Amino acid sequence: MPNILKITGLEKTYNSGSKELTVLKNINFEIQKGETFSIIGPSGSGKTTLLGLCAGLDQPSAGQVELCGQNLSDLNEDQRAQLRNKEVGFIFQNFQLLPTLSALENVSVPLELQGNPQAEAKSKALLEKVGLGSRLDHYPSQLSGGEQQRVALARAFSNAPSILFADEPTGNLDEETGNKVIELLFELNREAGTTLVIISHDLELARKTQHILRLKGGQILTEESSIAH
Amino acid sequence: MAWRDARASRVRLFLFMASIVLGIAAVVSIQLFGTNLKDNIQKQSKALMGADYIIDSDDLPNERAQEIIDSLQPQASEVNFVSMVAFPKNGNTKLVKVRGLEGEFPFYGSIDTEPKSAAEVYQKQGGALVDATLMLQFDIQPGDSIKIGELTLPIAGALKAIPGSTAISTSVAPPVLMPRNLIDQTELIQFGSRKEYQYFFKVSDSLDLEAFEDQIDPQLDAEEADLDTHTSTSQRLGRRYENVGNFLNLAAFIALLLGCIGIASSVHIYIKEKLKSIAVLKCMGASRRQSFIIFLLQIAGIGFIGGLIGSIIGVGLQKLFPIILQEFLPFDVEISIAFAPILMGVILGVLMSVLFALLPLLSTWYVSPLEVLRVTENKLPQPQKARILVFSTILVFLYFFSFWLLDDALYALGFIGGTLVTFSILAGIAIGVMNLIRNYFPKGFGYTTRQSLLNLFRPNNQTVVLVVTIGLGTFLISTLYFTKDILLEKTNVEQSTQNANLILLDIQSDQRDAVAETLTENEAPILDNIPIVTMRVQQINDKTANAIRKDTTSTIRGWVLNHEFRTTYRDQLTDSEEVVKGEWVSTFSEGETVPISISENFAEDAKVGVGDALVFNVQGVLKKTQVKSIRKIDWGALKPNFNILFPSGVLEKAPQFDVITTAVANEEASANLQRDLVAAFPNLTVIDLRQVYSIIEDILNKVSWVINFMAFFSILTGIIVLIGSVRTSKYQRIKESVLLRTLGAKNTQILKISALEYVFLGLLGSLVGIVLALVSSLCLALFVFEQAFVPSWIPFGMFLPGISLLVVLIGLSNIQSVLRSSPLEVLRKEA
Repeated sequence: MPNILKITGLEKTYNSGSKELTVLKNINFEIQKGETFSIIGPSGSGKTTLLGLCAGLDQPSAGQVELCGQNLSDLNEDQRAQLRNKEVGFIFQNFQLLPTLSALENVSVPLELQGNPQAEAKSKALLEKVGLGSRLDHYPSQLSGGEQQRVALARAFSNAPSILFADEPTGNLDEETGNKVIELLFELNREAGTTLVIISHDLELARKTQHILRLKGGQILTEESSIAH
Repeated sequence: MAWRDARASRVRLFLFMASIVLGIAAVVSIQLFGTNLKDNIQKQSKALMGADYIIDSDDLPNERAQEIIDSLQPQASEVNFVSMVAFPKNGNTKLVKVRGLEGEFPFYGSIDTEPKSAAEVYQKQGGALVDATLMLQFDIQPGDSIKIGELTLPIAGALKAIPGSTAISTSVAPPVLMPRNLIDQTELIQFGSRKEYQYFFKVSDSLDLEAFEDQIDPQLDAEEADLDTHTSTSQRLGRRYENVGNFLNLAAFIALLLGCIGIASSVHIYIKEKLKSIAVLKCMGASRRQSFIIFLLQIAGIGFIGGLIGSIIGVGLQKLFPIILQEFLPFDVEISIAFAPILMGVILGVLMSVLFALLPLLSTWYVSPLEVLRVTENKLPQPQKARILVFSTILVFLYFFSFWLLDDALYALGFIGGTLVTFSILAGIAIGVMNLIRNYFPKGFGYTTRQSLLNLFRPNNQTVVLVVTIGLGTFLISTLYFTKDILLEKTNVEQSTQNANLILLDIQSDQRDAVAETLTENEAPILDNIPIVTMRVQQINDKTANAIRKDTTSTIRGWVLNHEFRTTYRDQLTDSEEVVKGEWVSTFSEGETVPISISENFAEDAKVGVGDALVFNVQGVLKKTQVKSIRKIDWGALKPNFNILFPSGVLEKAPQFDVITTAVANEEASANLQRDLVAAFPNLTVIDLRQVYSIIEDILNKVSWVINFMAFFSILTGIIVLIGSVRTSKYQRIKESVLLRTLGAKNTQILKISALEYVFLGLLGSLVGIVLALVSSLCLALFVFEQAFVPSWIPFGMFLPGISLLVVLIGLSNIQSVLRSSPLEVLRKEA
């Protein structure tokens, strides 16, 4: 299977006053199309930084990120945004819904940005799929945490992405709601055949993916195939 | 702790502070200027009058009055009247105020002339001092001559200033000074001409002027003369400027109120964002009082600094007022710094910011430490009783402050009521439009347009506050423009020969035919020939004028008894008058009491109605009359109108002179006709309504410049509130933009969303302001000025796009930092 994400010699350093702070060092790995993949590690290990670099949300200090066959270093900000809009889906720990938009409008955003005339119909169908068919016109503030994350799930799948990045998707949810969201995430992922990259410190959740990458101090500790798969 | 916490938010706190700085600066500068003006008037009160006291009379004083004047030994005297003059050098003519002076007037202050020596020598040399602007306008130099009536005089110099006159007061009829002993040679003091006699006195400082006035003035009043001391005149002048000062104060106060609303709104958001920290503090054992005081101290601190900076700016700003108001001031104002207004500025800064921030500050009291454990944002606690208490305190404070500014309980109440209504209407329209957008959301619009509209509803939005601030500034400026238009329209002279645009006054009976001939030669039709008969009120019902003067309980206004009325007689009404009470009687039958018609304002001031009896002294002959009708007169129509109107058949044989109205095609024809008339009939006064119109326009422009200056404070405060709001919502905007970019939005799309949001905000605010101004101006035109209203295009064509563009520019001022923010950084912060 072809690679959907290829990371080569990736490094990220920040200037903190006079000191240079290395957050990621010599990261190399590949993810193939349709795989499920998790990146785990303790707080401060560089998980979120790695996700940002993989999705083109930030620029590496060294090394290369090849996403969907395109070297992100060759693209400018707008081109990277366009690539994300077509190929990438996101789920965040804090849901990151636009507070001024209803559930339906939030899900429609990626499609609206593409100018897709079917945006509303597709978004409605997705919200029904995540069990929120009756709450289309509700605003984020009128939804519970679990419901907000389900809206975020629907939004993540709305543009039929090739790869989906989920950053601590259950971090702000109770165990029961979290489990339901994860079930839904995997179910939607199976149906859509999307490559799934989960960032978590929850080993239980990571074991549900095919591959696990362990990070510590900005470096890869191990890369292994999950026992569950 | 208050200081430590403030350090982290210093930029935002600085912007809160900036919201009140301008308002404070405006209030302090006007207070300081007012104090200086009062001091100057007091110090220069003698120089303002030029004498210790003046006795004046509309006619040559009668025997008794002359006895009193002679016994007081005046050191100087003057006779003045309005007349046409001609400049033989170029044939130009002009309506001026001729002042024939005798004696060493002024005793205080000086006549400022060019050359300087002219003021000293014009009396001895028998020359004239001519208004400097007029000389410039007509290209006249000292040494040229001026023809006043039948007398031609050399011009000794240009008159730049004389005690007691302002640029505005001399714009209609500029002054020309000449020796009084030459006045008779002008042959202008004749029947029918309006004149004023003045006698100037200088007395020793030991004389109690107030007691002297109390003793002499009633005696002079009975003889139709009047006494004015320099103290009473300067008090009157002081009161007049106090009224102007009050208006400016209120305009400044509105700017301050706007700033305070800006503070309240910003502090509301600021505290909302601090709730978590407050909850943490409470978890760690901080009491409610402690957490409240931390933020109270911050707000009081910014109020103090804002008040201090505002006061310092105010000190500098007050130096501008003598320049702005120079056309209206009769003297140069010496500026000094008074401590009280500065202290008031600081106290006002602290009080206003604390009062307006009190409501959001109270939330700190009610925050539960449990908030620490909650993930989602909770609404600010809204304690109902405390809200009502704070609102009432604010209203009471505003009322007392307005009362202190205006010194009138009813006006203060009116101002607070009016301000509340205006603010409520602006806020109501803003909320209404927002609800309209929400309920009838234009779903068919493109994504960027919809997203930008939805941004108006974002959490912690300040849409309503911004619409109110932008709207109020636009409202003030637009109302000014519309009102100016109404006033100008009211005085506009139709440029057709159907309407009179020249009025010829003081035509003696023996001149009537010759004047008519001159008009015919100049192709100027006689539109109206109005006979004028002068008379005074002798008796109202059964009380003589003298008895009324002595009656201290009488509410009849003095001018009714002292004025020499110019009346006319005719058998029909004109289109500028309308009977509102009684019935117009056009004819008179011998043996009956004469039926007359009076104006509304005469009826009100003379306290008479239909059926009341009036006796007029028509140049020695008493005429008994009865009020048969009361007319409403459109005085602004620039037509000859009369307080007292007789029917035909009563006054035909009384000594009279004529007023003729005519129309000429253009300014050149008007100048030619005036030249011919003044050359042949030097006693004639010609009023060119086109010139009057341009003078009124000029005066209105000068007044509106002052008002614009004050409205500018509101606009500027609105801009600062807007900058504060943009800064306050910056993080929210970055978060939204980053999220959109993460989901694939291009920079141009984000830019478009932001720009459109500000376009909506700017358009909504300025449109609401203009529409409100349009409605209030329409009401003013219909109910006060009673005329059709054609709105000026300027508010729509200039203010609407101009202010909207300004809002967009300010809004987008920090868009670069929004666009440059790394998505990861923001998303991580959120996590």
